Amino acid sequence: MSSVKILLVDDEIPFVETMTKRLIKRNFDVLTAFSGNEAIKQLQEHMSVEVVLLDVKMPGMGGIETLGEIKKLYPILEIIMLTGHATVESAIEGMKLGAFDYLMKPCDINQLVSKVEEAVTKKRMHEDKIIEARVKEITSKRA
Amino acid sequence: MNIETKHALYYSLLTRKLIVLVIAVSFTPMILVISIILSQFHNSYHEKVNAHLGELVMKHKQNIDSFLQEKLNDIHFMVNSFSFEELSNEVFLQDKLAALQYDYQHVFVDLGVINEHGRQIAYAGPYKLEDVRYSNAKWFKKAIENQYYISNVFLGFRGYPHFIITVRKKIGEIYWILRSTIDFGAFNSLVQNLSVGKTGFAFIINKEGKLQTKSVLDFHPDKKFYSYFLQNKKKADDGIAIVEKDDKSSGRKYIYVTALLKNKWLLIFRQETSDAFADLNRTQRIAIIIFLLGGLGIIATTFFVSKMMVSRIARADNEKDLMNQQVIETGKLASIGELAAGIAHEINNPVAIMVEEAGWIQDLLEEEDLKESENLDEFNRALKQINTQGKRCKEITHKLLSFARKTDSIENDVQINELIEDVISLLEQRAKYDNIAIIANLANDIPMMRMSSTELQQVFLNLINNALDAMDKNGGIINISTRYLAGNIIIDIADDGPGIPEVNLAKIFDPFFTTKPVGKGTGLGLSICYGIVNKSGGKIEAKSLVEKGTTFTITIPVIKKQDK
Repeated sequence: MSSVKILLVDDEIPFVETMTKRLIKRNFDVLTAFSGNEAIKQLQEHMSVEVVLLDVKMPGMGGIETLGEIKKLYPILEIIMLTGHATVESAIEGMKLGAFDYLMKPCDINQLVSKVEEAVTKKRMHEDKIIEARVKEITSKRA
Repeated sequence: MNIETKHALYYSLLTRKLIVLVIAVSFTPMILVISIILSQFHNSYHEKVNAHLGELVMKHKQNIDSFLQEKLNDIHFMVNSFSFEELSNEVFLQDKLAALQYDYQHVFVDLGVINEHGRQIAYAGPYKLEDVRYSNAKWFKKAIENQYYISNVFLGFRGYPHFIITVRKKIGEIYWILRSTIDFGAFNSLVQNLSVGKTGFAFIINKEGKLQTKSVLDFHPDKKFYSYFLQNKKKADDGIAIVEKDDKSSGRKYIYVTALLKNKWLLIFRQETSDAFADLNRTQRIAIIIFLLGGLGIIATTFFVSKMMVSRIARADNEKDLMNQQVIETGKLASIGELAAGIAHEINNPVAIMVEEAGWIQDLLEEEDLKESENLDEFNRALKQINTQGKRCKEITHKLLSFARKTDSIENDVQINELIEDVISLLEQRAKYDNIAIIANLANDIPMMRMSSTELQQVFLNLINNALDAMDKNGGIINISTRYLAGNIIIDIADDGPGIPEVNLAKIFDPFFTTKPVGKGTGLGLSICYGIVNKSGGKIEAKSLVEKGTTFTITIPVIKKQDK
């Protein structure tokens, strides 16, 4: 698997910093944002982001809101929610809005990595399918 | 003084107050009404009896008066109609006596003509009294001084009780007297006719207090007796006096009705008051019996009703106390829950950061140059420990949050029996290791109910886990039973473990209360159970006996109020 670009969004700066280091050490390409707005800005600047790790509870634009916004702009992106408290509601709400999965903080790094990989696999599969579909469209047009 | 005896005292005081109040309220009017009616009745009955007796005596007085007057008139008539000479003729006198006796059925016993020296000149009658001298007789002295005279009853020469009437006549300067003896029996019957009830009879006494009629019931009055009635001022206009008097010798009370006859004799009617007022006394007795029976009824009812009421009040008070306690408990849990949730949120993030930092150090330790370090193992152990403790923190905060959460679960139809069986199968393995048997005793008629199954599962998990923990490795039995009763599902989870001391029993549902060693229990399990059951409108109770075991009883209504 080629290097995956991840966007990590959390208002807790130390958490973001440490997590970034750990993910980089595991060969991920990590971008960071400390709020929902900043996350959307980052995504606009870096189109190659494949997976977003999004904290649910943030001041200003909250996690669920940000999730909705991102999905609206970039439906192909896979988003993994990080939550301090795993409530069935927020989880289900997140799923409804198209989150890939959710993880409870503090989370085991290995678990996180495998989840990210799953998400990337899914995303790439989607992309392939889309490309395939486009190719088919083009070829059928020619024919 | 402990609270229970204080309560008992309070309730017994309340009972007494109620009893006294009810008895006072019900007896006062009853006594008033009865006594007023009785006294009214007493008065009017007395009046009636007195009037009746007065009238009776009056009639007899008139009878006797007219009897005597009539006899006197007869003799008077004779004296006026016939001359002294004619009457001195015994044959003529006998003829006249026969005529009188014919008219009056032997009321007149004899006739006699007496001159002023007391000698009986002529006599007609059954006795041989011709030429008898009366000059020393008391009656003669009075008779010669008065125009008319009626003697007292006396024995006289004949030795038989009788009385006489005399009429004086004057010829020239000389007085003579016509005398007649009145049959005592005939006169007596006049008085004896007056008899009422069992003890009422009449008699006549003269001024000396001597009986002028046959004595009845061995009654012997004396002169004082006469004067007592003469002096008595309580006299009606018609000369009738009614007196009630105690007879000291017999201890009985008598009613006396007296009337003064024209010849100064006293007609007395005497009756025992108890006889005279027999009807009244009977009515009084009946009234008193009714009063006593009614009173007993009232007292018994009052006692019974008061006891019942107070016990109801006590029960209501108890329920209120319990409810208050529950409200306080719930409120306490809610506020603690909110606080805990806040803390949990705040703590969770730093913990997450700490764990991440520890993870980062672990990552760095993987690098070649650090692998040489002799303390590498120690580093790894410490980091692992940090990780473990972080996880523990996470567990606590998550539990706290789930405890504080209000509406975080989705309700669906739940069959409690199935749920319990699921939980049991989850825990069976652990129970087996601890040598504990879990016995389920599930009723077949448990209906489906709407509730969050995960929450309910959590409740059972917590309770059964607690039971397993409590029994430790000593083995035992956990009995789980369900039943359906009046719209409620009741679940009992009973263990035969060491039990909960009474001191702790009140605190077991408090958050953070735990008896488990540090690090083993968070003290939130039962609080969460309490919160979940409470939210569903049910209740959870614990009963425990030290060394005997603990029973948790959960009661959940099948149909919830539609307020959520």
